[in-house]
Amino acid sequence: MHSFDIIVIGGGHAGCEAAAVAARMGTRVALVSFELTAVGAMSCNPAIGGLGKGHLVREVDAFDGLIARAADAAAMHYRMLNRSKGSAVQGPRIQADRKLFKAAIHRLLAGQPNLSLVEGEAQGLELSGGKVTGVTLGDGTKLRAPAVILCTGTFLGGTLFRGEERVEGGRVGEASAQVLASQLRGADLPMARLKTGTPPRLDGRTINWARLDEQPSDGEGWTMSALGGTRINPQVFCAVTRTNRRSHDIIRANLHRSPMFTGAIDAQGPRYCPSIEDKIHRFADRNSHQVFLEPEGLDTEMVYPNGISTSLPSDVQLDMLRSMDGLERVEMVVPGYAVEYDYIDPRALGPSLELRAIPGLYCAGQINGTTGYEEAAAQGLMAGMHAAASVTGGEAAMLDRSNSYMAVMIDDLTLHGVSEPYRMLTSRAEYRLRLRANNASSRLTPLALTAGCISTERAEWFTRRMDARQRLDAELDRKVTGSELVGAGLPVRADAGRLSLREWLRFGGVELDTLQPWIAEEALGDRGLAEELAEDAAYAPYLARQESELRELQASEELVLAQEFPYEAIPGLSREMVERLAAARPSTLAAAGRIPGITPAALAALLVHARREAA
Amino acid sequence: MPDTIFALSSGPPPAAIAIVRISGPAALASLEQLSGPLPAARLASYRTLRGEDGEPLDRALILWLPGPKTSTGEDMAELHLHGGRAVIAAIESALAAMPKLRRATSGEFTRRAFVNGKIDLAEAEGLADLLAAETELQRRSAQAMAGGALSGVVEHWRERLLMASAAVEAVLDFGDEDDVAGLPPDFSERLEALRAELAEWLARPRAELLREGFRVVLAGPPNSGKSTLFNVLVESEAAITAPVPGTTRDVLTRAVAIVGVPFLFHDTAGLREATDDAIEAIGVERAHSAVANADLVLWLGPEGEGTAEAWEIAPQSDRHDYRAKHEFRHEVSAVTGAGLEGLRKDLVETARLAMPRPGDAALSERQHHLLGQAEQFIAGASAQADPLLVAEHLRLARVAFDALLGRTTTEDMFDALFGRFCIGK
Repeated sequence: MHSFDIIVIGGGHAGCEAAAVAARMGTRVALVSFELTAVGAMSCNPAIGGLGKGHLVREVDAFDGLIARAADAAAMHYRMLNRSKGSAVQGPRIQADRKLFKAAIHRLLAGQPNLSLVEGEAQGLELSGGKVTGVTLGDGTKLRAPAVILCTGTFLGGTLFRGEERVEGGRVGEASAQVLASQLRGADLPMARLKTGTPPRLDGRTINWARLDEQPSDGEGWTMSALGGTRINPQVFCAVTRTNRRSHDIIRANLHRSPMFTGAIDAQGPRYCPSIEDKIHRFADRNSHQVFLEPEGLDTEMVYPNGISTSLPSDVQLDMLRSMDGLERVEMVVPGYAVEYDYIDPRALGPSLELRAIPGLYCAGQINGTTGYEEAAAQGLMAGMHAAASVTGGEAAMLDRSNSYMAVMIDDLTLHGVSEPYRMLTSRAEYRLRLRANNASSRLTPLALTAGCISTERAEWFTRRMDARQRLDAELDRKVTGSELVGAGLPVRADAGRLSLREWLRFGGVELDTLQPWIAEEALGDRGLAEELAEDAAYAPYLARQESELRELQASEELVLAQEFPYEAIPGLSREMVERLAAARPSTLAAAGRIPGITPAALAALLVHARREAA
Repeated sequence: MPDTIFALSSGPPPAAIAIVRISGPAALASLEQLSGPLPAARLASYRTLRGEDGEPLDRALILWLPGPKTSTGEDMAELHLHGGRAVIAAIESALAAMPKLRRATSGEFTRRAFVNGKIDLAEAEGLADLLAAETELQRRSAQAMAGGALSGVVEHWRERLLMASAAVEAVLDFGDEDDVAGLPPDFSERLEALRAELAEWLARPRAELLREGFRVVLAGPPNSGKSTLFNVLVESEAAITAPVPGTTRDVLTRAVAIVGVPFLFHDTAGLREATDDAIEAIGVERAHSAVANADLVLWLGPEGEGTAEAWEIAPQSDRHDYRAKHEFRHEVSAVTGAGLEGLRKDLVETARLAMPRPGDAALSERQHHLLGQAEQFIAGASAQADPLLVAEHLRLARVAFDALLGRTTTEDMFDALFGRFCIGK
């Protein structure tokens, strides 16, 4: 009998973050995986970050998580998406060398005290008095712990589909957790199926690169992690090709052989990342779709064609590929496939990602209905932190929609549930002007420090950064007259009076760079920090308005609805309202207001009832 | 389980009949206890109501209205009593003595209707106005609000705003993919069309005019005849009984209806501009603020010294030393009544033009404020180059719409709103 504080099942992005943060917080953690060599694998595209997703990566990093550091160790191509738009919607994204990424994760986990890696299949949860007490492995070994975190990805009841083929498994060539899945189904949890897919992998030596448009790495200096330092790997380029009429004809002629159209898969796939057969079926008027050819590593010829995930039979996949520019002679190394897997309706979870029905059991990642490495990593971090805080009796960091994308995601999941795999988008965050990818450390590291999630190295870095911030803040308070700026050639009115540099930054045509004559050079040493403060200044009127909006919401945020709140007993709540509220069990009146379809009248009824209870 | 509430829901006694309403889970039991076996639902029947000791209290028409298809959504009963004070008092004490029954607090019937999803916030506001309406104009405007006129329009605006937001969000979240090129070509036009519709509502006269009356201030130096004119104007008309907020005895304010149009007349009598008397100084300040808040000022002083929009009135035309102004809107004598009919007619016509048309839904101050915010944010959205800030402006406009529809509930707002109801409505 082995005893731990926390057992994490699954070694993907969610599992690794969950295990690492719990260990950083001082609990004894076991990370259980089918195959230890597969821990830290990137099972789909070789990229980390993107719009909304890049924000999540930076937030996990602000808690001293792994994903951003591993991404930097593996990065061979950097691109800032939405570069031309406001910084709040810019999304850092990198192409990663799969091997380097996995190696970095292994290195970080190995260097983490309190963390044991255990190879085996988690076959059963041990329960006592309705609470989790541990896990039984395939070989009969029992691990004891008061908290278990499920990060099973697509392995929970996973089935692979390709054309007429159908194989049990979570990833090609790997087993799936059928036993655990049937135990959970038996536990009367609200479970259903979702679908995701992956494209074929190509042999880069058989691609005619010369015919294609190249997309180089951006050549700027930013990194994914705040501790990233400088870029270390050689940079490679991606290329762009397109589907055409002939590719679409091939797909249409074979739709009857795709498991999605034969009815073999009836689970819902991601709207934001549809398979190529889905795109052609749903957007019949389009006669071309972009395909990014992304190298999978520095020392491999494998190429990932982003944009054509498919479960068509292998022969059709090859025909379709060869119809495209530059791919006339391409060879497939592994054909694409679709995966159907179990997920738990996330409305069954509380804000800590703990299952309300089974205390001690936490869930993170695809099991909660999300898609994406970044979404998984962020949930893993949150579940790990909450589980560790619960075991040690400590306090987890208080996150909410106004301070993090992570909380936006968890709030959405636990209140709305999902009807398709959930992907982070910047439009999901109503306070997105505050939640920029480049201010994640300022927003969250202080909270993470208090919760005990931060190692010494980052804590020291953060102290230095706070000092630098103070210096630059003082510089930005310096007052300068309009005529001085005009003298330096800036497009402002000479009679505009004396304003602080911070205030001047709100004016069009005034940038940090153009204000350099008035700022001590050493205060501008940290470029990222300088940009963050300049953006705060530029957005100041909007940020102030959001502050006051948040204050107005405070009263509803503070009105707590008990877990056993008797929705069915409240007069005037329709059956539909009762069902929606009982499924999500919002923790505050404000959260109830965010459940879709909840009417003003229903909110008022809750308010009146809650107040009567309190009286 | 909520309490069961009751209240006299008709006007103040004595009257020919008095209607007591009961709402809540014990409505049925209380009705049975008073009247014996129940009549069929929704059928009026004539019964003897008896007290606990079996003594008859009144012969009355009673109605049994099972929920949820009632105005509050709960079980309800109505007692149509003889309208004498003693009868009403006897029935009320009999009800109050029953278990789980209590007198309703202010606005509680409407509050229950709102809580039970029978009406939304805008409708509740309209209902409050409807019940407080004392003139025909007020009643017809409130009727339109209680019918959900504003809610329907705002819902429609909100939908259109959501479409615009979706277009911007697509550019922000999917602009780097080739599926979303940019904003639709008619994006700005659509926003401007929406903004113009809001502006049109904002330009409508506000509901407060109807509720509080068209404010007419009589101004001028002492002894210019203000008080006499004031008295003639208000005393010849039936005074509205409801007290006006802020009215005190030292500030002469009277609410009257002239041919159905509500007016609020203010007399600034006896106030000199320069005074050493501290109390009178306060009075002067009040006179100034009354003039500033007026919808119309009648200037009885020396020609040309009134405020810009004031009507020049040549008063005291009966006096032997009367000197007419060169140009005036009206020449009157409060003593002989000369010119008064013309002044009244002019006042009514002017006030009518400034007020919501009969049947129009008029905005309250709160609604006007929120709609004004939405209009500004939509206008601001068109002015932004960065789609991120366009999106933020549209989001702020959405927040204002949500507040209008009561989606963001704050207790303060409910309390303020429901505090306006008389008991029993």
